[in-house]
Amino acid sequence: MHELSIALALVDEVEQISARERARNVCGISVSLGELCGVEREALEFCFPLAAEGTCVERAKLIINEVKTEVLCAECGRRSNPEMPCMICAGCGSSNVEITGGCDFIISSVELEQDE
Amino acid sequence: MNDLHAKDNIVTRSVKVETSVLRRNDQAALANRQLLTERGIVALNLISSPGSGKTTLLEVTLVRMRERGKRCAVIVGDQQTDLDAQRLYGKGAPVRQIETVSSCHLDAQRVGDVLPEVIDDQTELLFIENVGNLICPAAFNLGEDFKVVLLSVTEGEDKPIKYPVVFSRAKVVLITKCDLIPHIEFDRDKCLRYLRQVNPGAVIFELSAKTGTGFEQWIGYLAELGRQDER
Repeated sequence: MHELSIALALVDEVEQISARERARNVCGISVSLGELCGVEREALEFCFPLAAEGTCVERAKLIINEVKTEVLCAECGRRSNPEMPCMICAGCGSSNVEITGGCDFIISSVELEQDE
Repeated sequence: MNDLHAKDNIVTRSVKVETSVLRRNDQAALANRQLLTERGIVALNLISSPGSGKTTLLEVTLVRMRERGKRCAVIVGDQQTDLDAQRLYGKGAPVRQIETVSSCHLDAQRVGDVLPEVIDDQTELLFIENVGNLICPAAFNLGEDFKVVLLSVTEGEDKPIKYPVVFSRAKVVLITKCDLIPHIEFDRDKCLRYLRQVNPGAVIFELSAKTGTGFEQWIGYLAELGRQDER
């Protein structure tokens, strides 16, 4: 299960942000989880507390925003969200599509606690 | 950028970030990519379940590429042992084994560590044989040009829709062990239909390393890749 190494990478990135911003603690993390990024939501939720234990991220609430797959249709030019696992344009049904979204796993924002 | 909420003497603020969770891996992948591009090397990331025939595919592929005068190199990942690398030695290509120990995938740093040892000025193609796993390797960019996913006929025709993430992100899909089709229940048309569903643009080769079926096309395809990148 690679979600543990991914959760560790997440905690590591957030620790760096926290240090850079001179925060005392991290109380929230918002991430965008692409449908095609290869990371399971449930496994990530399971691994995150294990990875965060003993760090300044320990008490942070992890908010996961799922991002649907997005394709750009070469026939009609429309961007749409196909129903997985069928990679077809939701507009015209063409399979002549290019994946343009849903492949990334991104830290969108962090909530930091600081002394006044 | 900064929403401030005072609570006693502690202030909470929100900071916008927008960085990839795998930033470090992505940076290492970019460094690998730059090194490969400078040398004009095309790199393929081979992904499949354990036992789909990645090493057997490479055994045959390396010999055929050597016959064509194409210089290849191999990085092979496994949890433990260098048995795969041993099978690939003496086929005309430098081979390096990475033992990932507890990890279920190769990451860009580990590939970057051995990359300079395995390639040289003459290398045209680099095969990175990932750890046998259809899920985890999909998440880690290694700096490759593209992913090649293998599906052996004994795994069943529905693998592409069961594991759509990895199949949708492959440029090439290899259906392996095709010599076994007469002996098992494998619906080839259904498999191709499922593959087209998850990845309409995939380049598909149907191979048997045992009989050599499909290798003419596969080797021709690889040789062409090397040629496109010659400068």
